[in-house]
Amino acid sequence: MNARRTLLLALGGLVLAIGLTFLLDPYRNYQLAIAAAYLCATAGLTVLVGLSGQLSLGHAALMAAGGYGYALTSQALTSAGVGGLPRFLAATVAAVVAAGVLGLLLGLAGARLHGPYLAGLTLTLVVAVPAVAASVGALQGDRGVQTQFEGVPGPLKALIALEQWQAWVALAVAAVAVTGLALVRDGRTGLRMRAVRDDEVAAALAGIAPARVKVLAFVVSSVTAGLGGAVLTFVTQSVSPGAYTVSLSLLLLVAVVVGGLGSLLGAALGAVLLVLLPWLVGTVTDALPLPSQVTQRLDGTLPLLVFGLLLIVLVAGAPGGLAGALTAARARRRTRRRPPAPGPSAARLVPAATTRPGELREPVRTPTEG
Amino acid sequence: MDRLVFLLGTGLARGTLFALFALALVLIWRATRIVNFAAGAMAIVGVYVGVAVTGLTGSYWWGLVATVLAGGLVGLVVERGVLRFASPRSPLSGVILAIGLVIVLQSLLGIAFGQQHEPVPAPFSDRPLRVGGVPLLSPYDVFVVVVALGLMAVLRLLFVRTTLGLQLRAAAFAPEVARLLGVRVARMRTVGWVLAAAAASLAAMLAVPKELGLNPHAADMLFVYAFTVAVVGGLDSPGGALLAGLTVGVVMSLVTGYLGATLAPVAVLALLVVVLLVRPSGLFAQAEARRA
Repeated sequence: MNARRTLLLALGGLVLAIGLTFLLDPYRNYQLAIAAAYLCATAGLTVLVGLSGQLSLGHAALMAAGGYGYALTSQALTSAGVGGLPRFLAATVAAVVAAGVLGLLLGLAGARLHGPYLAGLTLTLVVAVPAVAASVGALQGDRGVQTQFEGVPGPLKALIALEQWQAWVALAVAAVAVTGLALVRDGRTGLRMRAVRDDEVAAALAGIAPARVKVLAFVVSSVTAGLGGAVLTFVTQSVSPGAYTVSLSLLLLVAVVVGGLGSLLGAALGAVLLVLLPWLVGTVTDALPLPSQVTQRLDGTLPLLVFGLLLIVLVAGAPGGLAGALTAARARRRTRRRPPAPGPSAARLVPAATTRPGELREPVRTPTEG
Repeated sequence: MDRLVFLLGTGLARGTLFALFALALVLIWRATRIVNFAAGAMAIVGVYVGVAVTGLTGSYWWGLVATVLAGGLVGLVVERGVLRFASPRSPLSGVILAIGLVIVLQSLLGIAFGQQHEPVPAPFSDRPLRVGGVPLLSPYDVFVVVVALGLMAVLRLLFVRTTLGLQLRAAAFAPEVARLLGVRVARMRTVGWVLAAAAASLAAMLAVPKELGLNPHAADMLFVYAFTVAVVGGLDSPGGALLAGLTVGVVMSLVTGYLGATLAPVAVLALLVVVLLVRPSGLFAQAEARRA
């Protein structure tokens, strides 16, 4: 997919999504905004895990870094008398910088570590978020930081409600993040990431610096996670350690795996699922004739149970996730129509035969898919 | 001075627990090359069973036995039922399966028992004994140290002196050769998981009375500490786990005592970062051959 097509696709998708907001009621628009915030993080995570093969359990901490960067900058600018769009943009840039720097540090550590070590380090980072928030004065402990309310800008006020405006902003930021990731994935850097993931030694022999590629992947992924944190802070007008727990980190991973590792479409499906499934389960348990105590108990835990089971079943049975299943179905249809033509093999880093089914890898893209 | 001695004493007592839990991670890593991220959630299942048995029989000891048995059973079910599907060629799939297991086990426990902290009383006094006028260890701490060190000694005997231990080591280090020589490698893996899960459950059961109380997340911090210990000691080295466990226990105790409990996770993070940057495969692991 060339760059212009990616940009056009992103623009079209954004226009379509903004059109969709007119069909939704305010609460649905709020949910859409949250899903867009999660999408920033899941898209970054899917590129990190799927393309560069590094597992992060700490993306909630990176989102938190973005959220705090956004909130503190927004507060400082408000007291300096800056408002509106400049304040939003400056705060978002601060969020990107904060998450990017944290990601750079993690990436530098991660370039020397493999698999489980990196996962444990990032997990410990998330666990330490409340402790850091409590021990650094400016972060104000469990209470968190409140931000200035960003209302609908003047000319649009008569037209749309606050939630719809928030959804627009969230969708726009998510579109920027996902487009950036798509360009990285389809470009030279993406190719290098895949080369390093599949065989570090071979990649190094081909003139790629594996450590640099891994660090770059981590920074890119952190920046988008920081954008996600900024959007979440923008929508909820506050940031606190309670919002960025280990559970959120693990759920982001679930979303990415359920969608299919390495697939941006899958990341979007996963982000929507993260928002919709708890609501769906809540609706079902409310409708059942259960005592209120049981309902209360189920509300918090039943969605998690479903997510966990999905994760296990998918990793054990269908490692490609939802997007992988779609691709496989398409490929099956195509092979039935005509015998597979041997395409230019340069685009294949791994011959299909060496990737066993049941293995956790991005499905090899055949060049005919575009 | 009194305070320092007391903190050192409690630190060593906590450290043996960290070491025991870390040993469970090391056992599974050696047998299957998987870091068991579900160890905390699995151990807490055993603790719930143990506490229930104690409640039914009125005896702490039956509860302790039940914890170990239930923990081992959970290990068996998890290895045969879930982790068997981990792809041996991708280190990520084992971690992700374990994460799924954490989510499933904790939400099941949450549905069954709720999220509130159930206080679990210690079977012995928690008040520190004075040795020469200085408060040192409580009787419960002594009990914890004796049980944890005892179990580690038994495990060492099992691995070094028995045929089963020899088979376990052979299956872990050279699975193909071991299989050719008649070792049932798959069964040895299962045995390793059962032993590890039972040890982790026991460690969690001993740790719970010293924490806030029993809830589905009660072993999360224990797991994070134990992971740090296992990494500091080298995931391949049981002896390293013991030494690193005592070290981390003392460091945590000093940080908590002098700087405040909220800083303990930050201290763990700092320790982990430093060790991973200086010696990525742990302080006590054998050097790995250069690969590129």
